[in-house]
Amino acid sequence: MNASVPVNTRGRRITIPRASEEVPWVKWLLIAVSTLFLTVFLLLPLANVFAQAFGKGWRFYLDALREPHTWAAIRLTLTVTAITVPLNLTFGLAAAWAIGKFDFRGKTLLVTLIDLPFAVSPVVAGLVFVLLFGLQGILGPWLQEHGIKIIFALPGLVLATVFVTFPFVARELIPVMQAQGQEQEQAALTLGASGWQTFWQVTLPSAKWGLIYGIILCNARAMGEFGAVSVVSGHITGLTDTMPLRVEKLYSEYNSTAAFAVASLLALLALFTLAVKICLEWKARREHSQAQRL
Amino acid sequence: MMGKRYSVLPGFGLTLGYTWLYLSVIVLIPLGGLVWRALDLTWSDFWRLATTERALASYRLTFGAALAAALTNAVFGTLLAWVLVRYEFPGRRLLDALVDFPFALPTAVAGLTFASLFSETGWLGRYLVPLGIKGAYTPLGVVIVLTFVSLPFVVRTLQPVVENLEREVEEAAATLGAGRWRTFFSIIAPTLLPTIITGFALAFARAIGEYGSVVFISGNLPFQTEIAPFLIVMRLEEYDYAGATALAAVLLMASFGLLAVINALELWANRFHSPSS
Repeated sequence: MNASVPVNTRGRRITIPRASEEVPWVKWLLIAVSTLFLTVFLLLPLANVFAQAFGKGWRFYLDALREPHTWAAIRLTLTVTAITVPLNLTFGLAAAWAIGKFDFRGKTLLVTLIDLPFAVSPVVAGLVFVLLFGLQGILGPWLQEHGIKIIFALPGLVLATVFVTFPFVARELIPVMQAQGQEQEQAALTLGASGWQTFWQVTLPSAKWGLIYGIILCNARAMGEFGAVSVVSGHITGLTDTMPLRVEKLYSEYNSTAAFAVASLLALLALFTLAVKICLEWKARREHSQAQRL
Repeated sequence: MMGKRYSVLPGFGLTLGYTWLYLSVIVLIPLGGLVWRALDLTWSDFWRLATTERALASYRLTFGAALAAALTNAVFGTLLAWVLVRYEFPGRRLLDALVDFPFALPTAVAGLTFASLFSETGWLGRYLVPLGIKGAYTPLGVVIVLTFVSLPFVVRTLQPVVENLEREVEEAAATLGAGRWRTFFSIIAPTLLPTIITGFALAFARAIGEYGSVVFISGNLPFQTEIAPFLIVMRLEEYDYAGATALAAVLLMASFGLLAVINALELWANRFHSPSS
């Protein structure tokens, strides 16, 4: 699993063959096999999404996206994400500050527990909320008495998405804040800055790349989550279908081109996420080399 | 280190308190609810629900396909990590960036596009189906999508280790008369092996829980192409909460067991690469 934005230290160009290098035909064979593997498993599926989505032309594509139920799914996904990301962002900042800047007992346990949602199958993540808030759930009867709907409604979708995307911001930020140490904050405090000023003007700016990357990953996963929301959604067309669920419904209704049209938006989101990652790595590398030159 | 406890930095109590509170509300209490429901079942009920013929068939497919996918990735992931770190060739940066694509692509989209690629009229299926290789609605299809979703783990775990390999050691082996194959098997492979196994375990853990991509390609036929997470969803749709809970408890135990193994493996792998060794 990739940790924070890595700083690339490779790129040593070798012009003369070295004893630690394979003979050319082995080298090029390995490169060819790798390229073929990635082409079949990554490039072909990606190209296929767009080929299928535009298979019946632009007009059909745009009409498929403008269809009211699909449009409702897009809006619902944006709503769920807009609630989920700030919640996990706040948590990530708090956790990274406590874990990165202080020493306390139970720290290792806390870090392990934060990663826990990654180990849980998305279906199980959805199930735990059904067992708590569903009609036959532990709190189900009480919720029904008071007319509160969580499962098969927006709150359930948000809870399941928050669970699944829980660790993303925290696990990007914790290593960054740990690496920073606390000398800079101490200096700022000594010079009379308040705690908040120190946080906003000293800590956050130097953790910004990790922070942005964490938010982007959390956002991508929140928009694309399928298993967990599938369990809590109830699949009410136009009401509780998010974009990935809409893809499944269109596909099961044999409306494959429309399914691919919605899927193409999600694929664009994935490409955007990758582009941001490459951009952040490039920036981090440049800052790193600038810092070394000074 | 100890001094940090009495740090001048503010906000320790507030942030740590909030971290534990949020963790409890979102993760610990809901998971605890599942454990509570599972403990509510008598042992014989639990055993009966968790080991029906249909459940056993779904475990076989889930764990078998996840194993096949993780093994495929152990082989190709090692190759990819080596090629991407050691060689310069046109398109290397693009391929390197693409490795993260399965992390970024929603699993439903992956399932949809693979199902279409391997269908009889798909880009791959039109050549493979006449040869008798069927990807759609078969266990093979499940292995293929699980390979896709767990593809980055071995590569990304291994890359930093390959970067830090000391070439001098390989050159010393060459000076002492070892051929490239001998150097690879006696020097490089043993150094990389603990990390390859860690990446393999991460990929396996990811593949066991996968749901979104599989439901599109497998056809979800009971006893044939039905994975355990799908059976949980079926039980829920039948309002069989006890059945769903028992299956989920089995999956959860498998995941947590693997998590413990992965943590132990990482300690083991790091021992080989600590600066002192």
